[in-house]
Amino acid sequence: MNYYIAFLTIFFKEIRRFTRIWPQTLLPPAITTSLYFLIFGQLIGQRVGSVNGQSYMDYIVPGIILMSVISHSYSNVVSSFYSTKFQRHIEELLVAPVPNSVILLGYVSGGIARGLLVGSVVTGIAMMFSQFSVLNVGMALWVAFLTSLLFALAGFINAVFADSFDDISIIPNFVLTPLSYLGGVFYSIAMLPEFWQKIALANPILYMINAFRFCIIGVSDIDIQLAITMTIMFIVLLTLIALALLHKGVGIKN
Amino acid sequence: MKALSIHNLKKTYSNGFEALKGIDLEVESGDFFALLGPNGAGKSTLIGIISSLVNKSSGQVAICGHDIQDQSAAAKSCIGLVPQEINFNQFETTKNVVLNQAGFYGIPRKQALINTERCLKQMDLWEKRDVVSRRLSGGMKRRLMIARAMVHNPRLLILDEPTAGVDIEIRRSMWKLMEEVNQSGTTIILTTHYLEEAESLCRNIAIINNGQIIEKSSMHDLLSRIPLEYFVLDVAAPLTEAPQIQGYAIHLADSHSLEVAVDKSLGINSLFQQLAEQGITVLSLKNKSNRLEQLFIDLVQ
Repeated sequence: MNYYIAFLTIFFKEIRRFTRIWPQTLLPPAITTSLYFLIFGQLIGQRVGSVNGQSYMDYIVPGIILMSVISHSYSNVVSSFYSTKFQRHIEELLVAPVPNSVILLGYVSGGIARGLLVGSVVTGIAMMFSQFSVLNVGMALWVAFLTSLLFALAGFINAVFADSFDDISIIPNFVLTPLSYLGGVFYSIAMLPEFWQKIALANPILYMINAFRFCIIGVSDIDIQLAITMTIMFIVLLTLIALALLHKGVGIKN
Repeated sequence: MKALSIHNLKKTYSNGFEALKGIDLEVESGDFFALLGPNGAGKSTLIGIISSLVNKSSGQVAICGHDIQDQSAAAKSCIGLVPQEINFNQFETTKNVVLNQAGFYGIPRKQALINTERCLKQMDLWEKRDVVSRRLSGGMKRRLMIARAMVHNPRLLILDEPTAGVDIEIRRSMWKLMEEVNQSGTTIILTTHYLEEAESLCRNIAIINNGQIIEKSSMHDLLSRIPLEYFVLDVAAPLTEAPQIQGYAIHLADSHSLEVAVDKSLGINSLFQQLAEQGITVLSLKNKSNRLEQLFIDLVQ
C-alpha cells in the first residue's frame, strides 16, 4: 500500500480547495493587513515613536505576519475537516486503507501550506510599507513553519469535536483572536504594568510572535530557545491527542 | 474463499441500544447476495462495521480472509462501498471524485486516470467528467458513487439501497450494470427495500430483524417455501359477487377484477376451467404482489 500517494491526494485536494476559493482565503488577509499597516503603522505609528529601538512600523510587521499565519493555518484545517465531516465525505477516507497518521498529515499540511502562503502575501504587502530586512531567513521560516504546524493541529482537534458550524467559529473568535492581539503583536510586554507582564507570559502566542520578531528584527521580550522548545512540546502533545481521537473515532465514527 | 465472514458480531451504541445481537453470516466469492430487513433492523450498522465506518463492540469480521481489525489495510483494499446517502464532495468535479478515491487507495496517478476513465465510461458518466458533481441528476449521483466504489477493483462491492429514489428506467439500467459487475467476478452484497430487485438479481439472501439474522438461504429455496401465489384476474363481464370454487380463495376486488389465492399444489389450470364453466371470461392475469414481499412481511412480523 502506497501511503505517500494517499498523502499527496489529501494534500493537493486541500491546496485546490483554498486556491479555488481565493477571494475567501487569500484576498481578505491582504486587505486586512494593508489596513493594519496603514492605520497602525503609518498613521498611529508616527506618534508612537520607537519600540525597543525599532520604528513602530518595523516592530509590528513580524507580529502581523505571524498572526496571519496562525489564523489561516488554523481556519483552513478546522473548516476543511469539519466540512468533510458535515458532507460525510470523510467516509471516503475511512473506507480506504489510509492510516490515521496520513489523514492527519494530509490535512495539517494543507493548513501549513495556506498559513505560509498567506504569510508570504502579508510579507509582500509589509514590504510596501516598511523597509525592514530579515535578520535570519532560515530561522524565521522555521519558526513560521512550527507555528503553522501547531495551529493546524489545533484546528484539526477543534474540527474533530465540532458538531456544528458554531463550534468551528467559537475558538477562533473567542480564544485565538484575543490571544493573538494580546500576544504582543502591537506592543512590547515591557510597556505593560508588572502584574500584566506576568499574566502575558501565560499566553503561548506571545512566545511565537517574539521568536519570529527576533528572527526578523533581532528584538524579543522572550528567550528564543524557550519559545521554540515550548512550541515543539505543544506540537508533540497536540499530535498525540489528534491521533488518539482519530484512533477512537471521536466525532467521525459511531 | 469467503468474500465475507462474520462471527458472533455484536454492537451496542453508547446510549445502550443493542443494534446487533450476535450476527453470524458468510458470503461466498462471486455471489450476488441480498441483505434485507425493515428499517432499524441493523442493516446499516452491519454494513458500517464491515466497511470500517462503525466500531464493533465484539465479534469477528473478515473480508476475503482478512480480519478488519488485525489486517485492516488488506481488508479495506478488498471492499468497495456504495452508501445509502450521497457522501461525495459536491464541490469537486465528477472526475476528481473518482480520481481522489483512487489516490486514497494508493493507486499511482497514471493508473488512477485509466481506472477513472474505465469506471466513468462503465457508468455512462464520462461525458460529465468535468461537471461539478452537485450539478448531476439524482440518478447520475448514484452512478457516480458506484464508479467511485469500483475504481480500485474491489473483490466485494456493498450496495446499500443503490436505487432508492430513482425512477424505474434508471433503476432497471442500474440492475443491468450490477449484473455486469457481478458477472465480471465481483461479489455483491445488496440491501434494498425494493424486494422485486432482490428477487430478480440475488442468488442468496439473509433477512435481519431486531439485530439478528432470522433467515439465511438461497433465493430459490426461500421462494419455494411460499405455499400460495396471489393473482389478480381481469374479467370481461362485470360481477356482483365472487364465484365459489373449491380449493381457491376468491375475493371480488371490484366489478371487473378478482383476487385469487392459488395453492401451488393445485395449480392454476383447474381455476380457469371452472371459471369458464361458470361463464366467466378472463381477459388478463397478473401477480398481485411480489412473492418475496409477502414472505418478507410474514418473517419480520
